[in-house]
Amino acid sequence: MDRSLNIVIVDENPVRAAILSEGLREAGMTAITQLEGTTNLLARIYQIDPDVILIDLENPSRDMLEQMFQVSRIVKRPIAMFVDQSDSASIQASVDAGVSAYIVDGLKKERMKHILDLCISRFNAFTRLETELHNARSALEDRKVIDRAKGILMKAKGLTEEQAYVLLRTAAMNEKKKIAEIAQSVITASEMLK
Amino acid sequence: MSERLRIGFIPLVDAAALIVAVDKGFCAAEGLDVELVREISWANVRDKFNIGMFDAAHLLAPLAVASSLGIGHVKVPVISGFGLGVNGNAITVSPDLHAAIVATADGDVADPVVSARALARVVADRKAKGQDPLTFGMTFPFSSHNYDLRFWMGAGGVDPDEDVRLVVLPPPFMVESLASKHLDGFCVGAPWNSVAIDLGIGTILHFASELFQRAAEKLLAVRASWAAAQPEVLLALIRAHARAADYIEDTANRDEVCTLLSTPGRIEVTPELIRRTLDGRLKVAADGTVRGSDRYLLVGREAAARPDPVQGAWNYAQMVRWGQAPLSADLLGAAKAVFRPDLYDAAVGGTPDLPSTPADGIGECTGGAFDPDDIAGYLQKLQIKR
Repeated sequence: MDRSLNIVIVDENPVRAAILSEGLREAGMTAITQLEGTTNLLARIYQIDPDVILIDLENPSRDMLEQMFQVSRIVKRPIAMFVDQSDSASIQASVDAGVSAYIVDGLKKERMKHILDLCISRFNAFTRLETELHNARSALEDRKVIDRAKGILMKAKGLTEEQAYVLLRTAAMNEKKKIAEIAQSVITASEMLK
Repeated sequence: MSERLRIGFIPLVDAAALIVAVDKGFCAAEGLDVELVREISWANVRDKFNIGMFDAAHLLAPLAVASSLGIGHVKVPVISGFGLGVNGNAITVSPDLHAAIVATADGDVADPVVSARALARVVADRKAKGQDPLTFGMTFPFSSHNYDLRFWMGAGGVDPDEDVRLVVLPPPFMVESLASKHLDGFCVGAPWNSVAIDLGIGTILHFASELFQRAAEKLLAVRASWAAAQPEVLLALIRAHARAADYIEDTANRDEVCTLLSTPGRIEVTPELIRRTLDGRLKVAADGTVRGSDRYLLVGREAAARPDPVQGAWNYAQMVRWGQAPLSADLLGAAKAVFRPDLYDAAVGGTPDLPSTPADGIGECTGGAFDPDDIAGYLQKLQIKR
C-alpha cells in the first residue's frame, strides 16, 4: 500500500477514530489526521489537502463534504465520493458499517478498495467492541442487583449467601425469568414493604 | 398481506405528509407497512436510497433531478408521483446585514430585487474597505436553498461565486454559525429560520415564495427500477400520501397535526414552531414582527402534490446556469421525466383543479415567463451565470 497517501478521518467518536487510524498505520500509512467539529471544516481539510477523506455516516458534516464535488472557486482539488459501481456489495458493506470514503479525482480504485475494506473491518470491530462493553456493563449491573437481593433475603429469612442464591435461581427457573429480574423484584418489594 | 417499506427522511416540516401518512394510518389503510427512518444528512438519504436500503425517500427536488442525470454522483434514475411540498424556504440574515441592506436600499426591501441590489452595494462597500466577503449558508449543492440564494443574489447583480462565499452547512449548525458570526445569512427550510428568529440572532429577509410563486421543494422519490417492478405498490403509496396531504391542509386538524409532527423521532420541535410554517404566519424579527403568506409552504393545496415537469425543467435550468450541468436536450428530457403527474392522477383517480397562476408554473419575481422548452433562451436573458 502506498505510504504517501494523505488521509483525513472525520469522526466525532474519538475512540473509533483512534481504532481506524491505528489500523491504517499498521497498514503502513503514516500521514493521518483526525478532525472533529464543524467549524471551518472545509478550510481545515483544504489546508491538509488530503488524498482520502473518511467520515462516519452519523456525522452531519457529510453534506459539507458534498460541496467538494463542485467545481468552484473555493474547491482547489475536486474530490469524489468513492463509489465503484461495479462493486455494489462493497458499498452496501460500507453503509452497513457506517463509514463513507471520499477520494481525490484520479486516485486508483484498487488502492482505495484496500483502504475501504480496512475501514469497514475497523468500524465493524468498533461496533462489536461497543456491544461487548455494553454487555459487560449490564453483567456488572446484574451482579450488583443480585448481591443486594441476596443480602435482603439473608437478613429477612436468616439464610446463608448460598441458600439465598439458590432461592433466587429456583424462582427464576420457575418463572422463566432472568435471575437479575427476580432479584430486582425482591429489591422493589422490600422497598415497598419498608 | 401488507407490503413492508422503508422510507428515509430528514426532520423538516415538509416531511409532514410522510409522517402523517404513517402515524395517522393512511399507509396502513392502503396495505402498506411503512417504517420511517430519520437521517442526519442528505448524502445519507441519497446513498441508502440508491443502494436500495430505502424503498422511497424524502428527497430535495434538485437532488432527485441530479440523481436521474447522473451529475455530482452516480446515475440512478428517479421518479416521483407525489410532491411533498412546494416552497417553504426563507432567507435569514444577521441583524447587522439586515440593517446594512435596509440602510442602502433604494426602495422597499420587501421586494427581493430591491434587497438584492442593496446587497450588491453592501458587497461593493466591503470590497472597497478590504473586508472579508459575506458568507451565506445553504444545505446542499443540489438544493432549492442553493438556487434560491443564487437567484436572489443574481437578481441584484451579485455573483454568488465571486462576490460572496456560499457554504454547505447542516441546518442545526447554520443557526449556531449565524450566532457566532461565521455566517452572515442562510437559506433553509422550516423550522430552522424560526429557530434563529426565536434566539434573536437573525431576521427573515424573504420567504422563498416571494422569489418564485411555485418552486418544488421535496419529492416522495422512488427509483425508476423499483417503480417498474411494483407499480401497484407505488400507486397505493401515492394515494396514502394524497390523503395525508389533504388531512394536513384541513385547518380543523392543525393542532393535532402539529402535535403529531413534534413528537420524538419525528421533527422534534415545539408544535407552535411547526404551526407557524403550516399557517404561513412567521415571526420574522426578534421584535415579534409577523409576516404572513398564503403560499409560504403548500403541502397539498393548489395541486402542490401533483408533480409538474415544468419544475424539472426549471431545476435543470438552474443547474446549467450555475455550471453544475451541461445544456442538452437529452438531459432536459431526463429532468422533466422525474416529475410524473400521470402517476399522481392514476393514483387519486383524476386530475385536481390546477391553479391558473402563475401562468408559467414558476412565477419568478423578476418577471418574464419560464419556457420549459427553451432553456438557452432563459439563460441568454441572465447576466450572471457560469
